[in-house]
Amino acid sequence: MTRVVVLGAGMVGAACARELALAGFEVAVVDRGGPAAATTAHGEGNVLVSDKPPGPELELALLSRRLWPRILAALPDARAVEWEPKGGIVVATTGGSADALRAFAASQRAAGVAAEDLDAAALAAAEPHLTRDCAAAVHYPGDAQVQPAGAATALLADAVRAGAVLRCGREVTGAVARGGRITGVRTAEGVVGGDAFVNAAGPWSGEVARRLGVRLAVRPRRGEVLVTAPQPPTVFHKVYDAGYVGAVGADSGDLRASAVVESTRAGTLLLGSSRRRVGFDARIRPEVLSVIAGRALRLFPSLARVPVMRAYGGFRPYVADHLPVIGADPRLDGLWHATGHEGAGIGLSAGTAAVLRDLMLGREPGIDTAPFRVDRPAVRSGGETG
Amino acid sequence: MSPRLVRAADDAVGRRDTPLRITLDGEPLTGVAGQTVAGVLLGSGRTAWREGPSGAPRGVFCGIGACFDCLVTVNGVRDVRACRRRARDGDAVTTQSRAREDAR
Repeated sequence: MTRVVVLGAGMVGAACARELALAGFEVAVVDRGGPAAATTAHGEGNVLVSDKPPGPELELALLSRRLWPRILAALPDARAVEWEPKGGIVVATTGGSADALRAFAASQRAAGVAAEDLDAAALAAAEPHLTRDCAAAVHYPGDAQVQPAGAATALLADAVRAGAVLRCGREVTGAVARGGRITGVRTAEGVVGGDAFVNAAGPWSGEVARRLGVRLAVRPRRGEVLVTAPQPPTVFHKVYDAGYVGAVGADSGDLRASAVVESTRAGTLLLGSSRRRVGFDARIRPEVLSVIAGRALRLFPSLARVPVMRAYGGFRPYVADHLPVIGADPRLDGLWHATGHEGAGIGLSAGTAAVLRDLMLGREPGIDTAPFRVDRPAVRSGGETG
Repeated sequence: MSPRLVRAADDAVGRRDTPLRITLDGEPLTGVAGQTVAGVLLGSGRTAWREGPSGAPRGVFCGIGACFDCLVTVNGVRDVRACRRRARDGDAVTTQSRAREDAR
């Protein structure tokens, strides 16, 4: 039986470990910290199709959205995942962005995304507390949300049931390689041997790759989220400003922020989101929180007196061409990567794991994986833009 | 009398209490000046005044202002942390529902 070592116990590592264990591989998951302790726990749990333009990432998102309900149905207890197929509503708050939003939604419809234009009355019925000052709105019934730490641990538990072992508190320091092939990873607690290694270390996957002897241009992109006190039902979908898509696609290292507002099952509202390139600087910046709060208030003016109970931030795994990295590393036999999903790794984990499993089994994946290949300029050299 | 209140007469530090009165959803409660709203509620034998998403009871969890589990409305102001708000004589405290007030 082939032994696969998954490096990283976040959402992507958990999903990959589960698929590979179910496919019959002998799987070990190694993490520097604990399960779902880093990027996975510091996001909003997005499973989105709405923010992706037609192209390879949308194909992966649509595959993932088809797979999520099947994964949940196969779990013995899926409640911890807190799956909420609530749908998304994207609004344009200026006349100029309205035309861009309508054109964007039309291009997505042509690619198979359910996207319905909402008139003012339909928008007010769907989100009664949203500002009436919207020039256009589109409803995406396919958008969903999970509690990301719950989802990752549920998938890890399923992997363990299928025979995987979890080794926490083990930081990879280097590779054991012979004749251009990796046969083990070094940790302070000893060598973990295997036939294949999957780098699923998210924003740290560039550093893990460096320690294993290859260059991988995956870097951190900081984001912050505000959490309000628990509220009565106020926000019913994932609601965001059309500027979000522009912020995701931007390359600037400066602060990019756009309003993303949603409720959680506990009643709190999550207010996002920011994008900054500051390395691994984890300091919370009040001026960034202020911008996020201001953008959220423009969408939901009635939040003006709602207390913010805390803020958190995390690091997204960023690649210059905004596409994930999934596949074999041609420079070191036995090394694979499943990383670089930026802010979409929770949702895309399902499709990523299925694609990786097919590639490792030598099967044809359900989608074209060439755009995600490791050997592409943005991943090799990093396209040092910002 | 609640096990969460040491009576002044039984208190080894020999404290002297100044009583105060608040109402909880209209019902009068007696507390001690210096207590938080949560202190008055706990001293009156109440341990829960909100509900979680599943309907499970919620009251003071952390007691230091971090968890926001003890939220109440005080004199019309929503989302006040009962553990952080010093009770004042005459405070009208109301419990909060997960349903919207304008829908009730």
